[in-house]
Amino acid sequence: MNAPEPKGSFKQVGTRPIRPDGVEKVTGKAIFGTDYKAANMLHGAIVRCPHPHARIKSIDTSKAEAVPGVKAVVTGADFPAIDDVMVRTGEVASSTLDLAINIMAKDTAYYDGHAVAAIAALTRQAAIEAARLIEVDYEVLPHVIDINDAFAADAPKIKESIETAGLAEGEEGRPNASLKFPSVKGDPDAAMAGAAHKVSGHYSLKPVHQGYIEPHAAVATWKADGKLDIWCSSQGAFDVRGLTAGVLHLDIGSIRVMPLEIGGGFGGKTTIYLEPVAALLSKKSGRPVRFVMTREEVFRATGPAAGGEIDITLGADADGNIVAADIEFQYSSGAFAGADTWAGVMHSVNHYAIENFKVVGWNVLCNMPKHAAYRAPGAPQINFAVESAVNDLADKMGMDPIDLRLKNAVKPGATGPMGNQLGEIGLVECLEAAKAHPHYSAPLGPNQARGVACGSWMNYGGPSTAAVSLADDGSVLVTEGNPDIGGSRASMALMAAETFGIPYEKVSVTIADTSSIGYSMVTGGSRTTYATGIAVIEASKGVIEILRDRAAKMWECDVSEVEWGEGEAICTGGENKGKTFPLTEIAAKAGATGGPIAFENGVNPLQHLPGYGVHICDVEVDKETGNVSIARYTAVQDVGKAIHPSYVEGQMQGGAVQGIGWALNEAYIYNKDGRLDNAGFLDYRIPVASDMPMIDTVMVEKANPGHPYGVKGVGEVPIVPPLAAVGTAVSRAVGKPMRSLPITPDKVQASLNGG
Amino acid sequence: MSRIHVTTTVNGDAREYLCSPNQTLLDALRDELGMTGSKEGCGSGDCGACTVVLDGEMVCSCLVLAGEAEGRRVDTIEGVAEGSDLHPVQQKFLENAALQCGFCTPGFIVASKALLEKNPNPTETEVRYWLAGNLCRCTGYDKIVRAVMDAAAELRQERTAA
Amino acid sequence: MANLAFHAPDTVKEATELLAANKGARPLAGGTDLIVQMQSGRMAPEAIVDIKRIASLGEIREEADHFAVGAAVACTALKDNKALVDEWPGVVEAANLIGSVQVRNRATMAGNLCNASPAADSVPALVAAGATAIVAGPSGEREVPVEQIPTGQGQTSLGDGEFVSEIRIPRQQKGGSDAYLRSIPRTEMDIAVVGAGASVTVDGSGTCTAARVAIGAAAPTVLLVEDAGKALVGSKLDDGAIAKMMEAVSAACKPIDDKRGTVAYRKTTAGVLAKRVVEIARQRAGEN
Repeated sequence: MNAPEPKGSFKQVGTRPIRPDGVEKVTGKAIFGTDYKAANMLHGAIVRCPHPHARIKSIDTSKAEAVPGVKAVVTGADFPAIDDVMVRTGEVASSTLDLAINIMAKDTAYYDGHAVAAIAALTRQAAIEAARLIEVDYEVLPHVIDINDAFAADAPKIKESIETAGLAEGEEGRPNASLKFPSVKGDPDAAMAGAAHKVSGHYSLKPVHQGYIEPHAAVATWKADGKLDIWCSSQGAFDVRGLTAGVLHLDIGSIRVMPLEIGGGFGGKTTIYLEPVAALLSKKSGRPVRFVMTREEVFRATGPAAGGEIDITLGADADGNIVAADIEFQYSSGAFAGADTWAGVMHSVNHYAIENFKVVGWNVLCNMPKHAAYRAPGAPQINFAVESAVNDLADKMGMDPIDLRLKNAVKPGATGPMGNQLGEIGLVECLEAAKAHPHYSAPLGPNQARGVACGSWMNYGGPSTAAVSLADDGSVLVTEGNPDIGGSRASMALMAAETFGIPYEKVSVTIADTSSIGYSMVTGGSRTTYATGIAVIEASKGVIEILRDRAAKMWECDVSEVEWGEGEAICTGGENKGKTFPLTEIAAKAGATGGPIAFENGVNPLQHLPGYGVHICDVEVDKETGNVSIARYTAVQDVGKAIHPSYVEGQMQGGAVQGIGWALNEAYIYNKDGRLDNAGFLDYRIPVASDMPMIDTVMVEKANPGHPYGVKGVGEVPIVPPLAAVGTAVSRAVGKPMRSLPITPDKVQASLNGG
Repeated sequence: MSRIHVTTTVNGDAREYLCSPNQTLLDALRDELGMTGSKEGCGSGDCGACTVVLDGEMVCSCLVLAGEAEGRRVDTIEGVAEGSDLHPVQQKFLENAALQCGFCTPGFIVASKALLEKNPNPTETEVRYWLAGNLCRCTGYDKIVRAVMDAAAELRQERTAA
Repeated sequence: MANLAFHAPDTVKEATELLAANKGARPLAGGTDLIVQMQSGRMAPEAIVDIKRIASLGEIREEADHFAVGAAVACTALKDNKALVDEWPGVVEAANLIGSVQVRNRATMAGNLCNASPAADSVPALVAAGATAIVAGPSGEREVPVEQIPTGQGQTSLGDGEFVSEIRIPRQQKGGSDAYLRSIPRTEMDIAVVGAGASVTVDGSGTCTAARVAIGAAAPTVLLVEDAGKALVGSKLDDGAIAKMMEAVSAACKPIDDKRGTVAYRKTTAGVLAKRVVEIARQRAGEN
């Protein structure tokens, strides 16, 4: 089923046509989550706790309800009792109870911005004014936000229910640690003791936000028959449906989710915040209810990615083989469990063939919003420490940093983090490509320095459904359920066109609602081109089987004498041998030969492969002010087969720039009262156009045998290496290790001035 | 609060709407006129997704009160194409894959068009600094800058040919 | 914000009357501070008085002894006045660092001044240039040095019914010029962590005959560092004089730790930027 086509023989795959939804998006016609309006709809506003931790003693909604135009009010008490079940929110596991409480607090609010009540009113203004009139009696409780404070053995427990899972017999947990997860191989202590060279370091990272430009938005309408319609922008309508069903204790089939265009997600829109609130308000008011988050709400109450504290020691023998790794780290997950600790452990040293390691990850809770997935969740943080340490090791040994990595890089046939055997992975090829790249040997200017880092992400496959049908004129219609965040409609059309052997322009792609196509897992996890691609290819092949059958009928021969060529059936035997029927002709006769031609299938492919990237970063440092600029940046990545190369390059560039922002400028800043001080794009500083150079990309195309066209996931890998690439470059420029992110000018200046 | 009646010109057409004194031009375009092409990404002038041209100068429409548009000329993303003929900036964004999610794209297109009308031959640095007020989280800006330089070249060629 | 009124008068007199009639009224020029503050709930004016329809406030007049920049002149429009750019490049570049191009097409120096943020970009350059503000009010006009307008974070010395209708910048001396630099973590779009504006006048022998150094974001209001100017006057702007100037600047700074910067960083960087702006101003002055 999944044998790849011969290399280099593709006609459509690998080209760069204009995306099918492009014109709507450059003319402002596309309807995003924040654009959708329902007739007779009400506008919602949310009341949010202004304390980092508080018991909710009472909520008085009477004044709010008296405001003209207010049609409904809900609090946590309006949510149904539900069982605590673990569900996937994209790549992150959550408990439905935690999810529900995060959506609206019940008896306790756990962070500044935690939703405690909501209003629906005729106008947004009325809703906001009414929200201000809701009186909440809070008992402010002690809070912890900084991960070190939260992890301390004597830290105030932010929830009585926290118990450290994963402890060994007799082992002590920590008040706010929900998990300790160790992974041990070989005899790390002995190997470390015998190592010829050792490097150690402590690395710190602050929580960061995904930074999508479109705020969360949803419209929900609860109908008199108990069915719920939701329009929202998300990375997966099916998971919005499933999670909403879980939180509201509804049958999944009673909810229909219509996917709107999405203005960025990066993992942050694989969960839900507004949909159940809108649904309950709609139920009470009998009208559709719309919520759009303000930017401040997005920062105060959604995301973030985990902050981290990481201790690492690496040991190598005299030849540069890394013989031992000893890593212990804490990740913060906000006020609820689930910070990608497992992924952090699994992506710590899995890109190297290290025989002895001990990696221990802790999940620590603190009074911040519930953590959400952010592009390779859990990997960038640990990779910052590991790759920085590898660079330190190279320096110590006088070895070229790429040579050191080549010596230790994981190769095809190695065992992956899930215990599976790794097939055609391409880390070695990427390292070689990086080493051969002109950037790597380019001379550096004054006050400039260079850093290299590599990294990986496990990627995923998983369940997707796709349908392909033909119109009478031979137009091919593909229907699938994955929102198009970065050009995936084009990729699906290219794969379908390739499979049929027809021009790209003959294929149209529709992203259907949850009642119109079978289940698809999110657009995320670097899975869409791989898994949904397979669903589309298989559905196309299903249609081709029907076309062969219809041609055989028309030729009155056996179907074994019909082959499929480039957009046509070819007769290979009998009196019609050599004759052809183009797809268009068979389609025109569909009615006469058996009826409409269509095929739908659900797939669950798991022959995906991890992706690998190597990044080279040159920085220039102003030695007096500490300002760091990126002088040059190159991203090399093992991308499998690039279905649409422009969109693969786009993933590499976008991920690299997010990583650069993470390294240099982005962080949540809380004041001493536990309130978020930088809940906006002014002081939560993501890169702007003038901050960046061009991001050169090198796509190493080593095909994945587990996909008909060789696809590997590409979206998440590129955010993994930049933190260490930038950090190492600045460390070299400054002459001191810079191990605390973000590396802001004041830290650089202090280091240069002997601080 | 009593509403203000505003008469203004949007993309060359005489339009009118009612607005509250504290409503922004962005609100009026999106909610009163139903023109959802201009987006709200932050509401505080930090992201540029709401960029429109007001009396010939590009501004953040979230930082203009709806009442200020009285008697003025507003040009939005909806007016960039001529009928179904895309402007070269729009065409080059498509060809250069300068959009991924597309949410910031209207703001960038309005801003880029404004740049090229002022400076038909910008350097890469000039393009980047002009567009510093437009945030993109998906692309890392590389393909956007290439698209703008590409559109600039195309427009210069059209001008020479004309 | 019940009953917010919106007015767009076409004379200064009408504007002052509207402002005087309602303590909760605010003048609106570019709106790039006021509207942000209204949306966030930080400001809840009862009336908005849009001054942009007052024709005279949208002009830059070149008088014999000063430039008169109307309060409604947007920052980007300053760049179109060749004489202003020639004589006060630092003032023009400072005003054109505020926000983004979109913001600068609306923001004004008068608004930047009266918003009274300690980190306002145009203010150190205006102070270094010896600029004054024309304050229009119910009892007529008065002229004050710009540094007397902000009195604290978000506070001004303006009385009831008053607003700044014009910024006046003296015509440049022969051998004089200015410069402004600010420290921000990115390349654009940030509020200044610390800012430095300097104007110097240098005679034929290269001796500095006049100097003003002003620092922003290092105290609740802009600091005109008199000792810094004194350290430069009479010198040839040599390393020794510059070093003394930097010391005076660091000593005068009273910064705080906040989400944008630390005390240590602001003190050190203020000196660095002061050195750099003096050097740039000197080079420009040499060409004047």
